[in-house]
Amino acid sequence: MHNNEVWVFIEQRNGKPADVSFELLSKGRKLADSMKGALKAVVIGHDVKSIASQTFKYGANEALLIDHPDLKLFRTMPYSRIMNELIKKHVPRIVLFGATVYGRDLAPRIASNTRSGLTADCTDLKISDVKYLGKEYPQLLLQIRPAFGGNIVATIITPDVPVQMATVREGVMEMHPCEKPHKEKITEIPYNPIDIDGLLEIIEQQREESKVNLKSAPIIVAGGYGLGSKENFKLLHDLAHAIGGEVAGSRAAVDAGFVSPERQVGQTGVTVRPKLYIAVGISGAIQHRAGMQEAKKIIAINTDPDAPIFDICHYGIVGDAAQVIPMFIETYKHKLK
Amino acid sequence: MFKSIVLVKQVPDTANISGKVMKDDGTVNRAMLPAIFNYEDRVALEFALQVKQKYGGKVIAITMGPPRAADILRECLYMGADQAYAISDRKFAGADTLATSYVLSEAIKKIGGYDFIFAGRQAIDGDTAQVGPQTAEKLNVPQITYAEEIIDIKDGKIKIRKKIDGGFEIVRCKIPCLITVLKGAAEPRPFQAKRIMAYKGAKTLMELEKMTEENSLLYIDKLLHEYEERNLFIPTLTADDLDVESERCGIKGSPTKVHKVESVVLAGGNQEMVPPTKDGIGSLIDRLLEDRIF
Repeated sequence: MHNNEVWVFIEQRNGKPADVSFELLSKGRKLADSMKGALKAVVIGHDVKSIASQTFKYGANEALLIDHPDLKLFRTMPYSRIMNELIKKHVPRIVLFGATVYGRDLAPRIASNTRSGLTADCTDLKISDVKYLGKEYPQLLLQIRPAFGGNIVATIITPDVPVQMATVREGVMEMHPCEKPHKEKITEIPYNPIDIDGLLEIIEQQREESKVNLKSAPIIVAGGYGLGSKENFKLLHDLAHAIGGEVAGSRAAVDAGFVSPERQVGQTGVTVRPKLYIAVGISGAIQHRAGMQEAKKIIAINTDPDAPIFDICHYGIVGDAAQVIPMFIETYKHKLK
Repeated sequence: MFKSIVLVKQVPDTANISGKVMKDDGTVNRAMLPAIFNYEDRVALEFALQVKQKYGGKVIAITMGPPRAADILRECLYMGADQAYAISDRKFAGADTLATSYVLSEAIKKIGGYDFIFAGRQAIDGDTAQVGPQTAEKLNVPQITYAEEIIDIKDGKIKIRKKIDGGFEIVRCKIPCLITVLKGAAEPRPFQAKRIMAYKGAKTLMELEKMTEENSLLYIDKLLHEYEERNLFIPTLTADDLDVESERCGIKGSPTKVHKVESVVLAGGNQEMVPPTKDGIGSLIDRLLEDRIF
């Protein structure tokens, strides 16, 4: 039978763990509990023992640590080879990855090698007994994600393979430290470089700490394709400035170049849970809603009274942003006086 | 001189889905969806064509898909691809990314002798970005995903600028390798009028077979010969042509299964409409102040 272990690949960038990895540990803890299995963190890097230690705070039973100078920076070949070997040896039931650039580079490579099922950008994960084509499968991982332009929500299962894999975007799962962490158990695993690991070398790496932090913004003013132009997006900046919020956009707005990609809210962007989310000119496709529907209050402003966003908002304003937003700013300033 | 194989895909235009495409049971009626050339794959083809322009060589486009995917292979020829292959068989239908990468990798082995495999980062129908890396793993070659720019190719290595979260990396990778390309990396060249004239009549095996079914005066062997002579035959690789295990192809070879599909039902009912007037917005702001949102 299966060992019911849940593994989380812990992503680190320059020795700093990615938030999404701890978010996945928190979710992984719940999945492991419902299968009565262990949660294990896989930490690969150099001088990253402290990251391995941190995983216990988020529910890990054990951390597998592969620490070597050659592994300081993420590179597909050695990282995937290490994961492939570990997975083939221990056959965990579930392996989770952040749907980051590195995670999306690594996970498919491993799924291919181990012939596992892999579902990208899940918006929810659950354990459930499933009857599929007349056969009973106990405790399968339900991998839930919007599909087909957001017209449907699909539940994907991988019933006939030992290892079930999924990637999840940052912010989708909530990170919460355990009240009673397990005792630290770090298992160091040696790494022996081979030729193929060195086929790719990193000559230069530049990274800027993102100044945008949508996840922690209490107020978000988001615009969609309906705003029509980058110029109209200025209205959102004015509003965000007036009420102390951050500006975000839907995928369509990002694709149209109205707003930068790190400000994208939705299934393939960031998931946010602000106190107030103002959606302007956003129709409300499910991929977008997946990233904002847990906001405490949602105001929708749209010229189209039939836009689906009105079905999930708390307050709806049918009107043109060019008139409504300046009115909002003026009234707000007046009230605060 | 470099030989590049470009992986291209015909995708439903998910950005332009109309209500009619959804059946009453909430499933998608694929036949109703307009089919388009996945944009990032066109960018990948542009990358390959640029490598050919600068260093010489050959560009081969391949797609796995149903017979109608031949449309995008012709478009590859219009853009400048030297050759195109259709990979098509009923046995390949229903493939998830794992089964797709298996068949693609076997087709690539069959074509052989490549220096680069280019592909779009992801296709818009699933946005998974999995087929590129999964194919690279099966071919046991290194990969560079999220490529933004080819800096140079020398001494058997390609130097590329690629996106990472929050920045970029410059990497140098030994050839052969697989490269997935981001949308903004290059502007795909338009179709060339001369090439449209030359290749608009190009046909895959399935298309020729269809012609013989519709016209009893035509014979497949003769037709095939004629199209080959005129350089208008798009070679087609079927399961029999490839050294594939059928349990690893199509729906059989796909570990991921769709267990349930729900059309999206909006909860609704709790919303309050606010008139777009000063008074309306004023009372909304009062409510938000009361609720300590501001």
